Amino acid sequence: MADQVIRENSMTLEFLSLPENVGLARVAVATFAAQVDITLNEMEEIKVAVSEAVSNAIIHGYDGEPRGKVRVTAERDSSGLTITVTDWGRGIADIAQAMQPAFSTDQERMGLGFAFMQSFMDGLEVTSEPDQGTQVRMFKKYKGERPGN
Amino acid sequence: MAERRINNPLRNNIEGVFLLQVFFSMEGKELWARLKGELDMHSADELRRELEASLDHARPEVLLLDMEGVSFIDSSGLGVILGRYRRLKKQGGRMVICRPKPQVLRLLQLSGLDKIMTIEANGPQNNPGGIG
Ligand SMILES: Nc1ncnc2c1ncn2[C@@H]1O[C@H](COP(=O)(O)OP(=O)(O)OP(=O)(O)O)[C@@H](O)[C@H]1O
Ligand SMILES: [Mg+2]
Repeated sequence: MADQVIRENSMTLEFLSLPENVGLARVAVATFAAQVDITLNEMEEIKVAVSEAVSNAIIHGYDGEPRGKVRVTAERDSSGLTITVTDWGRGIADIAQAMQPAFSTDQERMGLGFAFMQSFMDGLEVTSEPDQGTQVRMFKKYKGERPGN
Repeated sequence: MAERRINNPLRNNIEGVFLLQVFFSMEGKELWARLKGELDMHSADELRRELEASLDHARPEVLLLDMEGVSFIDSSGLGVILGRYRRLKKQGGRMVICRPKPQVLRLLQLSGLDKIMTIEANGPQNNPGGIG
């Protein structure tokens, strides 16, 4: 596709911490992302990253119970896509430790969520406060096969 | 043996949109589970229950997961696979993953699961005896 003019855009989605909303968030953000010319591969990467962050909010932030809100925002400018996933749940005491690959507070889990966000996105920032909640901010640069970028 | 569909589709509230279906069949000592749909935290819990129930019931030597129909997987889905692998290994059995799509294969590789279990890229679906 020829050079495209990327118009700024943003969206916000807020939902109860229920498992079925993970798919909803993933599809909504992927659809938003695909309003500009991205590759199928970039789209798959965005889907995994969103799925991981939203799953964490529900599973860890709210202990898997539908007792809180999760907010997902996606913002686009000419440089790329910023996705923010926020919960107001239990928070993370040691963020550096939580972000290490294979670290999990749940024996049944692999501890790969943050590792996938890290490898599929171009930027990852986590802010969290115990008992206040967690915010995960991810950035995806536009590259794809677009000429002139 | 004819394929027997023993489970209801695992479905999301939005009928038919985000859906994981599991079809089980037994061939000798091999339990086949053919998956179709998206494998995330929502479908993972249900899939774990279904697989555990079938492993309890069928006591197979090999569990084959045919993933050709899986269009999405994340760490929750990988966790279910690893959990079943561990169970089978403890019982002296093993697990084979067949025909993962490229995006699914990529996550299997990133997670290292491809190093501990067999992945059949093309899948033995036409030749079930060939991997027994
Ligand atoms: N939103 C959150 N609220 C509270 N704790 C969190 C949140 N997100 C992550 N954590 C903590 O960080 C740890 C690591 O998260 P990560 O997603 O990498 O692994 P996991 O969720 O435990 O396993 P997997 O993602 O492989 O299923 C979690 O085990 C949890 O303790
Ligand atoms: Mg996680």
